[in-house]
Amino acid sequence: MLAESLALTAALFVIGVIGVLIHRNAIIIFMCVELMLTAVNLTFVAFSRFYGTAGQVFVVFVMTVSAAEAAVGLAIIIAIFRHRQTIDLKDINLLKG
Amino acid sequence: MEPHYSLIYVFHFYLFGVIALASALTFVTRKSPVTAALWLVNTMFSLAALYVMLDAQFVGVMQVLVYAGAIMVVFLFVVMLLNLGHPSELADARGTGWKLAAGLIGLGLLSEIMVIARTKLPQQLIVPRDFNEQQFQKLNAVGMIAEPLFKDYLLAFELTSVLLLVAITGAVVLGRGRAAGAR
Amino acid sequence: MLLQTAVSAASQAHPLSGTIAEWVWLLPILPLAGFVINGLLSLAGAHFGPTDPTAAEHEHHSEGAADASAISHAGHGADGDDQHAVKRHRWAGVVSVVGPGVLILSFLLALGIWQAMASAQPAAPFIQRYFSWMPVGDLHIDAAFQLDQLSMLMILVITGVGALIHVFSVGYMRDDPGYPRYFSYLNLFVFFMLVLVLGANYPVLFVGWEGVGLCSYLLIGFWFNDKANADAGKKAFIVNRIGDFGLLVAMFMLFANIGVLDFIGVSAKALDLGAGSALVTTICLFMFLGCTGKSAQIPLYIWLPDAMAGPTPVSALIHAATMVTAGVYLIARSSFLFSLSPVASLTVAVVGAVTAIFAATIGLKQWDIKKVLAYSTISQLGYMFVGVGVGAYVSGMFHLVTHAFFKALLFLGSGSVIHAMHAAYHRTHSNEDAQDMRNMGGLRRYLPVTCVLMWIATLAISGIPPLSGFMSKDEILGSVFARAQGSTLASATWLGIPGSTLLYIIYAIGLAAAFLTAVYMTRMMLYTFHGPARTGTEEEEALHEAPWIMTGPLVVLGILTVFGGWLNLPEVITGIIPLGPRELLAHWLDPVVGDATTRIAAGAAQVPASTEQALIGAAVVIAVAGIVFAMTRLKPDRLPRKRDAVPEHGFEGVVAHKYYVDEGIERTIVEPTYAVSRSFLWRVIDNGLIDGFFVNGSAALARGLGWVGSRLQTGNVGIYAWVLVVGVLVMLGAFTLR
Repeated sequence: MLAESLALTAALFVIGVIGVLIHRNAIIIFMCVELMLTAVNLTFVAFSRFYGTAGQVFVVFVMTVSAAEAAVGLAIIIAIFRHRQTIDLKDINLLKG
Repeated sequence: MEPHYSLIYVFHFYLFGVIALASALTFVTRKSPVTAALWLVNTMFSLAALYVMLDAQFVGVMQVLVYAGAIMVVFLFVVMLLNLGHPSELADARGTGWKLAAGLIGLGLLSEIMVIARTKLPQQLIVPRDFNEQQFQKLNAVGMIAEPLFKDYLLAFELTSVLLLVAITGAVVLGRGRAAGAR
Repeated sequence: MLLQTAVSAASQAHPLSGTIAEWVWLLPILPLAGFVINGLLSLAGAHFGPTDPTAAEHEHHSEGAADASAISHAGHGADGDDQHAVKRHRWAGVVSVVGPGVLILSFLLALGIWQAMASAQPAAPFIQRYFSWMPVGDLHIDAAFQLDQLSMLMILVITGVGALIHVFSVGYMRDDPGYPRYFSYLNLFVFFMLVLVLGANYPVLFVGWEGVGLCSYLLIGFWFNDKANADAGKKAFIVNRIGDFGLLVAMFMLFANIGVLDFIGVSAKALDLGAGSALVTTICLFMFLGCTGKSAQIPLYIWLPDAMAGPTPVSALIHAATMVTAGVYLIARSSFLFSLSPVASLTVAVVGAVTAIFAATIGLKQWDIKKVLAYSTISQLGYMFVGVGVGAYVSGMFHLVTHAFFKALLFLGSGSVIHAMHAAYHRTHSNEDAQDMRNMGGLRRYLPVTCVLMWIATLAISGIPPLSGFMSKDEILGSVFARAQGSTLASATWLGIPGSTLLYIIYAIGLAAAFLTAVYMTRMMLYTFHGPARTGTEEEEALHEAPWIMTGPLVVLGILTVFGGWLNLPEVITGIIPLGPRELLAHWLDPVVGDATTRIAAGAAQVPASTEQALIGAAVVIAVAGIVFAMTRLKPDRLPRKRDAVPEHGFEGVVAHKYYVDEGIERTIVEPTYAVSRSFLWRVIDNGLIDGFFVNGSAALARGLGWVGSRLQTGNVGIYAWVLVVGVLVMLGAFTLR
């Protein structure tokens, strides 16, 4: 089932990328990123059948990091929203050079 | 090298795969954050099922607990906290031209990944076919993750705990806002 | 000592190993130490001020004034100011000991090594490797010294004559504010000169070659506050670079074709280049281009007359006795190459002969006493090149040695004259030129020692037996004559001229140049020391003989001038008069140049003794005729002073203007260079291309890129995500296509 898993992984990952590209809502973009991370997890799990349990250990790490990322990211979104009353990316251009 | 799978196994594998894919597609096309989040939860669940089918029972459980349970709930909390989902916020996605371009880019990316995925696997790292089976017999579902986690990857594990600590602190500081910080 | 432990095992078996010759490294190190000490003292004196308060004020006031006095001291016209009251440098006492001291020590050490070598009679050169200098791929160049009979001869000349000139300088430069600087340069020069002659391979030789060029530049422009002096230094430096280019190309070609650059290796593999091949001829001609630069031959001789701007002892040491003979040394050292190429050898001889006569004619009409000697030096160097060019390497080196003696004597004698003249003009605050012979005359009454010694040197250079110059010059001419029949040179053709004919022409030119030499040297002596005094009555009281520290070296050089010929008494003379053992130098140099000499002279017909005696007789007659001609034709009594002189016309005027060579170069090379530099290089290349395009253009480019970059920073995170994804797409695509 490796080939099918990898195909699914690729599809999910690309869907996540497309989501990041077409959305302007910061929260949805965030969710898309989570989808991309999950897709990668599936790769790890699929390969762990052939390469041992280390892949599953990495999934645990990825989950931890994505949890931390979600916590900080959402806190940032809240902070931005508090300042600008919006989370639309087109209105957030503090980095303008 | 892959074992022969029973038809019922294959059927369920494809079933959850299609559900995951369909949910993901629905998720990515939603404009409302709440709807999107619920579809994403659906994807996570079906992925959890796939993990279990791929002999990663512990990871499957964690997927449900951490992703579907914790992370997505936090997302929904934030959505509700910010009172999003308001009709004015629904004009979210970009225009058609952008969507078309994003679709093309996605197709390109997909084909590239497919090409790269055809790379031959490194044979010398492959473990014996019943390795995971034996680990499972010996250590059970949690133990077969815990043993390498606390032995081989102990340092990484400890560093992850530091990362979580930092993330919590950061989230708290950011969440308190400027007024609170100034106090 | 560290250096000694690095002695290579290869030299262990050499008869000189274990003897005093192991200390050969100390030879150049001693002058180097002198350079360091004197240089530091020079800096110390310049910055902390001398003990004398007026001198301190003088130094701090302006260095220009200090050097102006120095210039006036050298006789560029006493300026009539009282700057000459400058006190001696505060460290002058130490410098007077260190400067000549290191040279005397070096000379004593050289004598010791010579003693060891004379008793050991080594057939192979004694090589001392100190460290690997350039180990690059196939190129292995060691910092190594080579001690053989040829370098030994040069060392003795350099340290011996050098020591004498250093001692002379103590008196001559006594009151110069740059006294320690002068000695540090002079020591440095000797260091580099010794490196030049001791180097065991071409690159080490080249280091010395460039080093002496540097010291020459520094010492020509020693009184650099006068622009003319600084320009003369620059001229010498630039003209020498052209020659150095030739030497470098020769080295490159040697490495490219036989892969080695040390003398032993090249001599072993020289035959691989092919005897008489175009390749070996090209290498030799490029090498000879280097020699024309360093040794002031046509076409690169133009710097040497101007080099007389330096202090007179410098002219004696660097621009007469040692450095300018480096080209002759190089050809003798490379005899294994030149003997393979009759064409290159003939070129050397032809250029030498033409230079000899050309410079001699110019010398006829010069009024500056040092300029006469400068052209005389060029002319005599031409003789040396004729010698080494016809494969008579021993004769060429012999003339190099004797010339070092008598020309150093002449220069130091002229220094003594200038010293006296300048002192006299300074006394009366006169602005007259202290180096112009028209202002001299009758000096024999005031400078009797100098006068006698310079007459000896004059007779020597003119070729009057049995003085040294006679022996060496006659040997060269004899060799030319002998090789005109039957040698490899005689059977070669040069630009379509048969070598035999060419050698007879060179012989004739040599005789003619000998005649002219006798004429212009006698003229110089007559105008300087004889006839009525043209200095003026007031000045006459101040004219006096130089102190013993200056006349002492003159006397020693005088003795060497008289007896230098005993180094290599020709058989034809010892056959008539048993003066002493014959051909000492030829035997001495035989291990080094013997093979090459044989290769060129092979088959040369033995000139009968009667012919040889006739040739010598002719040469002597010509020399005497020259002297007599000058004595009868020139009238020192009627010579006007410089300020009353009328310009000369016709051919004499052309000669007096040195055939307008400098003017011609000015018109054809210097001025067009300036014009191109101003109109094109400056305005178009520098202003337009470099400043406009590269400097301002790169600034504008950076500004433009910055503008574009800042436009890219929209601050819209979505755009950033797009850019990122496209980047990933491209990079993955690269992986995919691989």
